[in-house]
Amino acid sequence: MNFDDTPSEAAFRHQVRAWIDANAPVHLAPELRNASFGHSGVESEDPIQASKAWQKRKAGAGYACLQWPKEYGGGGLGPIERVIWIEEEGIYAALTRLYNIGHGMCGPTVMAWGSEENKRRLLPPLAAGETIWCQLFSEPAAGSDLAGLRTRAERASDGSGDWIVNGQKIWTSLAQHADYGLLLARTDPDVVKHKGLTMFFLGMQSAGVEIRPIKQANGQLYFNEVYLTNVRIPDSQRLGAIGQGWEVSLTTLMNERLSIGSGMPTGFPELFAYCLSARIDGRPAIDDRMVRSRLAGFAVRASGLKYTAMRSITALSKGQLPGPENSIGKLVAGTTMQELAMFALDLQGQAGVLTDPGEAAAAGRFQAMLLRSPATRIEGGTDEILRNIIAERVLGLPGEIRVDKNMPFRDIPSRGRAR
Amino acid sequence: MNLDFSEDQYLLRNTVRRFLADRCPPAAVRAVLEGVEPFDRGLYKGLAELGVLGAAIPEAYGGMGLGQLELCVLAEELGRSLAPTPVSSSIYLASQFLLAAGSEAQKTRLLPGLARGDLIGTFAFAESAGRTTPASIRVVVNDGHLSGIKIPVPDGDVADFAVVAARDADTSEGVSLVIVELNGPAVTHQVVETIDPTRSQARLIFKDARAERLGAVGGGWRIIEQVLDRAAVLIAFEQVGGADRALEMARDYALDRMAFGRPIGSFQPLKHMMADMYVSATLARSNAYYGAWALSTGNAELPVAAATARVSATQAFQQCAKNNIQVHGGMGFTWEFDCHLYYRRANALGLALGSLSMWEDLLVERLRRQAEELASRAARP
Repeated sequence: MNFDDTPSEAAFRHQVRAWIDANAPVHLAPELRNASFGHSGVESEDPIQASKAWQKRKAGAGYACLQWPKEYGGGGLGPIERVIWIEEEGIYAALTRLYNIGHGMCGPTVMAWGSEENKRRLLPPLAAGETIWCQLFSEPAAGSDLAGLRTRAERASDGSGDWIVNGQKIWTSLAQHADYGLLLARTDPDVVKHKGLTMFFLGMQSAGVEIRPIKQANGQLYFNEVYLTNVRIPDSQRLGAIGQGWEVSLTTLMNERLSIGSGMPTGFPELFAYCLSARIDGRPAIDDRMVRSRLAGFAVRASGLKYTAMRSITALSKGQLPGPENSIGKLVAGTTMQELAMFALDLQGQAGVLTDPGEAAAAGRFQAMLLRSPATRIEGGTDEILRNIIAERVLGLPGEIRVDKNMPFRDIPSRGRAR
Repeated sequence: MNLDFSEDQYLLRNTVRRFLADRCPPAAVRAVLEGVEPFDRGLYKGLAELGVLGAAIPEAYGGMGLGQLELCVLAEELGRSLAPTPVSSSIYLASQFLLAAGSEAQKTRLLPGLARGDLIGTFAFAESAGRTTPASIRVVVNDGHLSGIKIPVPDGDVADFAVVAARDADTSEGVSLVIVELNGPAVTHQVVETIDPTRSQARLIFKDARAERLGAVGGGWRIIEQVLDRAAVLIAFEQVGGADRALEMARDYALDRMAFGRPIGSFQPLKHMMADMYVSATLARSNAYYGAWALSTGNAELPVAAATARVSATQAFQQCAKNNIQVHGGMGFTWEFDCHLYYRRANALGLALGSLSMWEDLLVERLRRQAEELASRAARP
């Protein structure tokens, strides 16, 4: 049990640190350091271009997608090297958020299910940040019940073998910037719902793709709706067999849990710093017993997540696969951040309502956390779905009773609020 | 980087687990709960013969000279099986006090007996309700003799000697540590009733009992803090082991018990309750590993890591033990089912070495110190 680098890890860290010192966009450092939750931070230049430039530079030096094989544009290194890289990249990692979905979920899915030709064509530019990917899974009537999705892919009648797609996707992060989308669609409504799905990828500039931003509850525009109207997709852009889409999607979702969960912030360092400087009745807030008790509760959750991630990385480095136990990362981080934000506002008294960064305590970061955190508890699997996964796949408890289990998809009653 | 136990340590765990499955089934715990024996002497002797009591005691003093990680492995298994033995008092506390502050003569005289299980030691600390602080200690040592009352003293009824925290007539400041033989006429022990009868506790009354100094006059508090931090990591492993077992019991019962024509484990409220138990137990395990790392490497982060491990483990064991009863429904509240044994132990361990609120307070204070040190180091040119 140790946190020490082995000699080869230490050499890698040294090499990475030297390269970052020489190559990182230091002119962006002040903005990145002050990035508040939910904002990219970069305002002095186009944040998309800033991200692309940094990713390109990393790729040129072999530091993009460290854990991917070299032939697909990665670094061909292990999970420990990846952790070392993330530690050393520090604030500049914020620039990489643009690629979280592409590198964390879409790429691994293409890697696992794509043809060799597709892998060689798609993965290197994704690793180098030249292309941005999004994930077209959720629908207005298919959220937690993802397998109930209704977007149809049907063979074109012209004998080309192409697929014609019609439907609506929702909660699509980055759709407005994306070059490619990973699409889960229904190809057979006459079989039970999990069996009638097929996975594709498509160019987001394809004819018939329309993107509409969704104004969120916190006022930001981050998620989108994507309308698909007679979008033509060649059969060569299918991933896995026809009807195997659910199995393919599990690759994506497991990687999603791992990539979201391991890097999830809880807001604890910010709250701790705030409690050192804030005052209650003229004394530092941190001297207050109630404050201490709450801080300790948040501290052990943040620490528990950190060391759970390290245990996962240890297991990965010994060749074990990421399992459903990684579901706890987002479950804990989401609830912690929300409770922590409410507590921070409570400490601010009536002034806790203020959001203007110039006016609000801690530049309004806790208010931003408060307004953003409900989404964390929903996106990528709600708290309740994650608890089901832990209960069923980790603890071995029985699955939910599914009344639609043996029903052909077209007979399943459905109701959801479309926008 | 490696945050896991080694293969040898996993082997040791299997050995200890098998041993305890054989020698410490629930019936053995109940024998202590319902009987007159204060602890399971045969089991304790067996642990000594296995060599694990002396795992972290150097070979020169009759131990195995392994490391603290082996003790962590042992502690988790003791917690899982609710072993009714004085290991925590004798090994986590008494032997650690001797190793931290004992003279060569004291170590040579006492450690081999502790490792063999022939001698039992304990630490007499608390005297009254509330947090024990230097100011709250009234027991006094004067010219080599100790007077006053300590309550509750874990294993105080069975221990051969105690390390006692006392005020010192030789100085107005600080706390002194002394070693007192408990079998002489100047010490009275009275067994006290507690929420967990599977681990005995006593009131010790000292009347001019001969007391031998351990460490420097008035220098005891620093040593107490050190040893409590070390013991906190080990107790956290006991709590993690207990939490895991309580969760397993709940899961097994929920799979077996039917209601409304389904296993009760298929109802979402129970599934989610058990998922939350799992989350809490997992966070506690990870924090305990952090503590084990700091303990075994002697890292300067130990005070933070120990408090983190302790707070997290107390939360987890309490949550798992109370919800284990809830999953069992009415049967969980019967004397016959073992749920209450875990509930009792969870709440007793939550108070051992000081309560949750004390450790929360220590954790935040230490995080603050750590932050200030980091800031001052960063400010240095």
